[in-house]
Amino acid sequence: MITKMTHVSIYVLDQDRAYDFYTNKLGFKVITDAPMPDGDRWITVCPPEQPGFEIILSPITRGIFSEETVKALKELVEKGTFGVGLFTCNDIFATYEELKAKGVEFTKAPKKEFYGTEALFKDDSGNWFSLAQLV
Amino acid sequence: MTDEQYPKIYFYRRLVQAKLFIDTHYADKIDLDNIADEAYFSKFHFIREFKSIYRKTPHQYLIFVRIEKAMELLKTGIPVSEVCYSVGFESLSSFSGLFKRIVGMTPSFYIVQHQQIKAQMVKSPLTFIPGCFAEKNGWIKK
Repeated sequence: MITKMTHVSIYVLDQDRAYDFYTNKLGFKVITDAPMPDGDRWITVCPPEQPGFEIILSPITRGIFSEETVKALKELVEKGTFGVGLFTCNDIFATYEELKAKGVEFTKAPKKEFYGTEALFKDDSGNWFSLAQLV
Repeated sequence: MTDEQYPKIYFYRRLVQAKLFIDTHYADKIDLDNIADEAYFSKFHFIREFKSIYRKTPHQYLIFVRIEKAMELLKTGIPVSEVCYSVGFESLSSFSGLFKRIVGMTPSFYIVQHQQIKAQMVKSPLTFIPGCFAEKNGWIKK
């Protein structure tokens, strides 16, 4: 029986920039920032109240992809192909105003839905997320 | 709904500005009465509304931010006394007491613990990574 999800990968175009975005703009905590043998960094962050859920900020340059795949994946990420997940908050209007003030790009302002109030924003690479205050 | 239409937009903006003010000026001697004035609230109304959104009073939030920043600085190995004053505390004993109460260990022990983790991360980084990811990335052989 599966009980929890502990790690998820997000492909980012620039690890340093993503680190800044997820920590300084979204306010996430760094769990691991370890240098790897090939010069890459293993960086995981988590939402402040969810330390057991690690979001891996994965660069698209690793050896697992062919050059062709790297190019294609970067293009797809950049043009906002991937909707990665949904973050929840206690007060969506306050969170929306705060993130906007910090320069986070929203593609949808908070809107009442049957399950709560939801907005959409993009990270610095182009990945998009839902931000919701659930009912 | 556009972002100009949701309820109490100016109310939210004023509270968020107050929170961001604390986020950026935590190291200064912050007078919370002034923040309430800046946000066009009476002091008690401000405290009540701030707490309704952030689940902490402005004062509790200021302490929270200072301790969070202190943890970040201590992780880099900066001495406790330097960290204490640079995040806005005026007394080393009150900083250490609050830190221990909130974090569960003294600032000095926190430094030691994080220096050990950091050293371990440099020495054996692969012990911090699930093996499947390390293998997939070519950092360990199958």
